[in-house]
Amino acid sequence: MSILIDKNTKLMVQGITGNEGLFHTQQMLTYGTNIVSGVTPGKGGEWVLNGKIPVFDSVRIAVDATGANTSIIFVPARYAPDAIFEAADAGIELIVCITEGIPVQDMMRVRNYIEQKGARLVGPNCPGLLTPGESKVGIIPGDIAITGNIGVVSRSGTLTYEVLYALMLENMGVSTCVGIGGDPINGTNFIDCLSLFEEDLHTDRVILIGEIGGTDEEKAAEYIATHMSKPVAAFIAGQTAPPGKHMGHAGAIVEGGSGLAVDKIRALEEAGVKVAKHPEEIPSLFS
Amino acid sequence: MKLHEYQSKQIFSKYGIPIPKGKVAATAQEAKLIAEELGSRVVIKSQVLVGGRGKAGGIMLAKTPEQAEEVASQIFAIEIKGLPVRKVLVDEAAKIDKEIYLGITNDRAARRPVMMASAAGGVDIEEVARNNPEQIIKVHIDPLLGLRDYQSRDIAAGIDLPRELWRMFGQIAASLWKVYIDCDATLAEINPLVITSDHQLLALDGKMVIDDNSLFRHPELAEMRDLDVEAPSEIEARKYGLSFIKLDGNIGCMVNGAGLAMTSMDIIKLFGGEPANFLDIGGGATADKVSAALRIILSDSNVKAVLFNIFGGITRGDEVARGILTALEEVKSDIPMVIRLVGTNAEEGRAILRNADMITAGTLVEAARKAVAVASGEQIR
Repeated sequence: MSILIDKNTKLMVQGITGNEGLFHTQQMLTYGTNIVSGVTPGKGGEWVLNGKIPVFDSVRIAVDATGANTSIIFVPARYAPDAIFEAADAGIELIVCITEGIPVQDMMRVRNYIEQKGARLVGPNCPGLLTPGESKVGIIPGDIAITGNIGVVSRSGTLTYEVLYALMLENMGVSTCVGIGGDPINGTNFIDCLSLFEEDLHTDRVILIGEIGGTDEEKAAEYIATHMSKPVAAFIAGQTAPPGKHMGHAGAIVEGGSGLAVDKIRALEEAGVKVAKHPEEIPSLFS
Repeated sequence: MKLHEYQSKQIFSKYGIPIPKGKVAATAQEAKLIAEELGSRVVIKSQVLVGGRGKAGGIMLAKTPEQAEEVASQIFAIEIKGLPVRKVLVDEAAKIDKEIYLGITNDRAARRPVMMASAAGGVDIEEVARNNPEQIIKVHIDPLLGLRDYQSRDIAAGIDLPRELWRMFGQIAASLWKVYIDCDATLAEINPLVITSDHQLLALDGKMVIDDNSLFRHPELAEMRDLDVEAPSEIEARKYGLSFIKLDGNIGCMVNGAGLAMTSMDIIKLFGGEPANFLDIGGGATADKVSAALRIILSDSNVKAVLFNIFGGITRGDEVARGILTALEEVKSDIPMVIRLVGTNAEEGRAILRNADMITAGTLVEAARKAVAVASGEQIR
């Protein structure tokens, strides 16, 4: 019914004793995610959330003790790269990094390292993943999406919530929603998710939510034209953004005439993708 | 964050990259003294953070100290693309045989740094990239290995640099790489790197952009920020951890999340309005942050309406509502406000705002339509 996360996900939370880590661990637990352990160096041996989840000093110890196969990172930007390296080194297959504000050179080193390790990173600067009814690994509100056959992949956070909510109001459900994050260099990109959705038996159409900056949407368009049999609808944010400014996300910037919304929309439309004028229009593109 | 030419070149020099003799002046008189000290022909260069300084009359030669003073006072008197000239760099004029380009930047698509060089230096490199891309040599650098010597040699050969300069070029390339890494630059550029008439390499101009996200580990660079390039409201917003960009329209926007904030601007435009700003109040925004944000929006006299679009996730609707009430008590504004509140604690938020004089909307489209209408003077409730 999904990609990347499902009922079998055994989640570990890095930075579990921090404010955000603890709050969202509770939220994920309430949603039904199988959280097996947490990591905070120096707090090994403690238990959090009324003794429900054990805390370990390192990822490796947590993996050995609890068999976690997925990690979510709520660690401040200056420590987050290390947390990702640690998770990749301990053999975690899927690493989800929520942290915003990681320096881009750190991300280039991270990205090249995890490729060597064969791990998959989602994020950073992302809301994580949601497979409605099965597992939530991230901060997407659980009550704005229902189970269904639409795959969603997005560079944004709240804009994604907006789309999920619009779908739910039309009684349209989601197989998995992946927030790939708003940084210029991230782990998993559009094409990775599109190919997973294309292979997933329970996804029959896909929504892509992009924004200004970079050329990932253009590359996705090329991929859709040549590799996708399932229909794709899209929305691109930032048509009114001025050039040379970071629009909140580090990666959302039009530079030297590159990364414009209009080019992305044109590329997608040429690939046969229906592009919505605003997010609330998306559900109608599928009917 | 962009650095000035003189700041970039000081950093280059620290790393052993040869730069012309020179100093920064804040007055024409200082420029004269520096020219006297240098005792040669000088070039006076305005220090502003925009391109096209030469064309705007911001870079001029002077043969004598008196002429340096005169030229500098002319440069101090002009504005370049709206920016005042507060400092000039007085450099010894170089005898130039040839100009080349050398720079390092992040290649987003390749997820690696890329070193670029061109025999066509001294001109806008983006233009060269557009019109004559074959004139640019690009070498990607493994971020885990760093720049290797053979790569510098490949670049030197690729731009037909005379062999006797390869060693010196290699040292400059290695130093520029070190600058790029040590300063967390997203761009470190020498344009032009010149071959002088006595066959030396010299970095005549320098440009650096520092990754804003890295400033926590570069306090010395953070201090170099030039506030002239930012609107006062943007500087104020940064104090509160708000992501704010001033625009020219008349509908103020307060949104949580960058993507949704851009989308809200786009929808305003779609329905015939013009956004006055981009504003992302961030996840988990508290009441005092919201109230600061509203004050900043209302300080723009162009603003004729404000659109709030809050999709609660980590951000709670009741918290935002309390912030709005606090701000309205402080600012006392009769500018019409349209609010759409969805998600976490939205009900509670709406209840808090029940008695506030605000126009409510259920959907994004409805909110944008109403904001555009009231901004143009229509009455709706």
